[in-house]
Amino acid sequence: MHNLKLASVVVGLSIASSGFAATEIEWWHAMGGANGEKVNEIAKAFNDSQDAYEVKPVYKGNYTETMTSAIAAFRAKQQPAIVQVFEVGTASMMAAKGAIYPVYKLMRESGQAFDESAYLSAVTGYYTNSDGQMLSMPFNSSTPVLYYNKDLFKKAGISQAPKTWQEVETTAKKLQASGVSCGFTTAWQSWVQLENLSARHNVPFASMDNGFGGLKTELKFNGPLQVAHVEKMGEWQKNGIFSYSGRTNDGAAKFYSQECAMFTESSAGYAGIKRNAKFDFGVAELPYWEGKVKQPSNTIIGGASLWVLQGHSKEEYKGVASFLSYLSSASVQADWHQFSGYLPITKAAYDLTKGQGFYAANPGTETGVIQMTTGTPTGNTKGLRLGNFVQIRGIIDEALESVWSGDVDAQTALNTAVERGNTQLRKFEKTND
Amino acid sequence: MTVTFPQKGLPWLLLLPQLLVTAIFFLWPAEQALEQAFYQEDAFGLSREFIGLENFADLFTDPLYYQSMLTTLVFSFSVAIVGMSLALLLAVMADRIIRGKLAYQTLLIWPYAVAPALAGVLWWILFDPSMGPIALWLKSAGINWNHYLDGNQAMILVVIASTWKQISYNFLFFLAGLQAVPRSLIEAAAIDGASPFKRFWTIVFPLLSPTTFFLLVVNLVYAFFETFGVIDATTKGGPGQSTTTLVYKVFDDGFVGLDLGGSAAQSVVLMAIVGLMTVIQFRFIERKVQYS
Repeated sequence: MHNLKLASVVVGLSIASSGFAATEIEWWHAMGGANGEKVNEIAKAFNDSQDAYEVKPVYKGNYTETMTSAIAAFRAKQQPAIVQVFEVGTASMMAAKGAIYPVYKLMRESGQAFDESAYLSAVTGYYTNSDGQMLSMPFNSSTPVLYYNKDLFKKAGISQAPKTWQEVETTAKKLQASGVSCGFTTAWQSWVQLENLSARHNVPFASMDNGFGGLKTELKFNGPLQVAHVEKMGEWQKNGIFSYSGRTNDGAAKFYSQECAMFTESSAGYAGIKRNAKFDFGVAELPYWEGKVKQPSNTIIGGASLWVLQGHSKEEYKGVASFLSYLSSASVQADWHQFSGYLPITKAAYDLTKGQGFYAANPGTETGVIQMTTGTPTGNTKGLRLGNFVQIRGIIDEALESVWSGDVDAQTALNTAVERGNTQLRKFEKTND
Repeated sequence: MTVTFPQKGLPWLLLLPQLLVTAIFFLWPAEQALEQAFYQEDAFGLSREFIGLENFADLFTDPLYYQSMLTTLVFSFSVAIVGMSLALLLAVMADRIIRGKLAYQTLLIWPYAVAPALAGVLWWILFDPSMGPIALWLKSAGINWNHYLDGNQAMILVVIASTWKQISYNFLFFLAGLQAVPRSLIEAAAIDGASPFKRFWTIVFPLLSPTTFFLLVVNLVYAFFETFGVIDATTKGGPGQSTTTLVYKVFDDGFVGLDLGGSAAQSVVLMAIVGLMTVIQFRFIERKVQYS
């Protein structure tokens, strides 16, 4: 009898607690280190702000690992509600119509106030469909800029950062004359030196508005502008104006060690450079070729966005919607932007950061935002939406490396890469049609 | 000679754990890969289309695939030969040590406990062209080390990184093999006036041939199948395609590129190649092996 009473109390308690228990929302992400801690902090602040939902961030490794595990989990019906996917995975996510819950729809169906015009179009454009509706929520977006070593510049008697690639060449020569062995190096060569090069000069990287127009897109990066640029860089590799340092951002080591005086890298690399550079450095906009374009266009973004996956309860989706709203509120955005160096995704967050005097106190942090938001994005600068983009980037890396090593000329290398890349696009078209 | 068991059930029961492991971790995935290779499927598994041999046709019409095969052969044989020769040398030396034998042996076996990706990162740091100690030392010796640009240097790097941890494994087997060589044979040869070098090549090495053969098979299988972690951590298959081996391509196309059908077809081809190689080894090389 006594036991029965106890049991009923326990059952009663557990019913009561489940009545109050917050709905759990899993969020898989790829933010390691300091950014990962910040992600936990953001989730905790959201959880503390209300009782109904509990967001659980789970670190799943790098971008590729996170995406692959989310897909594997989806196949096993164990998928998280939210997953962070890098920009090159966008086309794959979009094409998986049965797997994703478009953000604009989620917001509408859960009755969450959602004003798409509050977002920076240069950022969200990458993640909208042809009707301009947001499919995923931008979270961490960045854009390539030019970092330069002010100390080495001073020593060589240079007072200004180069604006154009012509100036990069003359600046590098002056630097070399003053004893610097390498002019510049680059991170993420395909993203910076081909994708963003094309956007900056408003020339297509691929047909049909860089793939936004449909799956029948074809690569176009073997045009005269790109060939001339790659050819020039091949020449620079020989005389030390450029020094290749790998496919990712390993080149940072050459910039830190002052071997290279300039470094084209993501705006989100700011925090790392600030921590590691034992010298005074500056941030300038990504150079363009004088004479090839009157007014350089905006650059396109890299980074990742948050996708909502199908297969969860209405209650959970309500929580997801309310979390995404929280995430894009001006104060959270401004804090994330200032902490990580990623771009703000709303105008309000940008204005708030400006109002707080952050840009004035941290020179260079605004460069990426300004570069991103000048002018209205065109079909060539809105972004890239290409299937099998991961493989295509690999193909481009191989082509560029064959030019840097002097094995193949730029035109041949890019022609081959376009041809091989198109095979990947056709394969994707066939799978997803 | 045949061992007989009183009941029929017992031998099967004893075999069961191993059979289960083989079935779950080898036969089942292999069957899945074989099936997958005939389909084209999107990453999420939402749609699936039977396309017959198209995945294979794509592979065999791609000239880069043949290049990757060649790269794999160069890589695998380098790993096997370098790894086995160094391990043999170390085993012979460790076998002669009298004091502190255990310490030496333990230290030599240690690297085997390091995960492949970690081994990759370790060597990647040592050889980093702008800050790696070995790269800087090579530079001061007049060798311009830059595996980001030089395909041959990249190959040397992945071979070193892949071989390093395999040396421990080989060492262990060679050492055990050496300890099994009867002392009386060596002593008899020494009395007959055979030099240490001659004693090694005419007595010890032939007696080691079963071990050597076993290690050759194991090392080739290791180099063919288990090295994608090292390659991913060091060169990512570059520069160009100079270190893209078949197994790295399987990993890259499947797990990074999410092309499941294409990747499955590649793994089926890889499985066939290794199967064929093992048959060849058993048919032709094993004849030269002397099982005492």
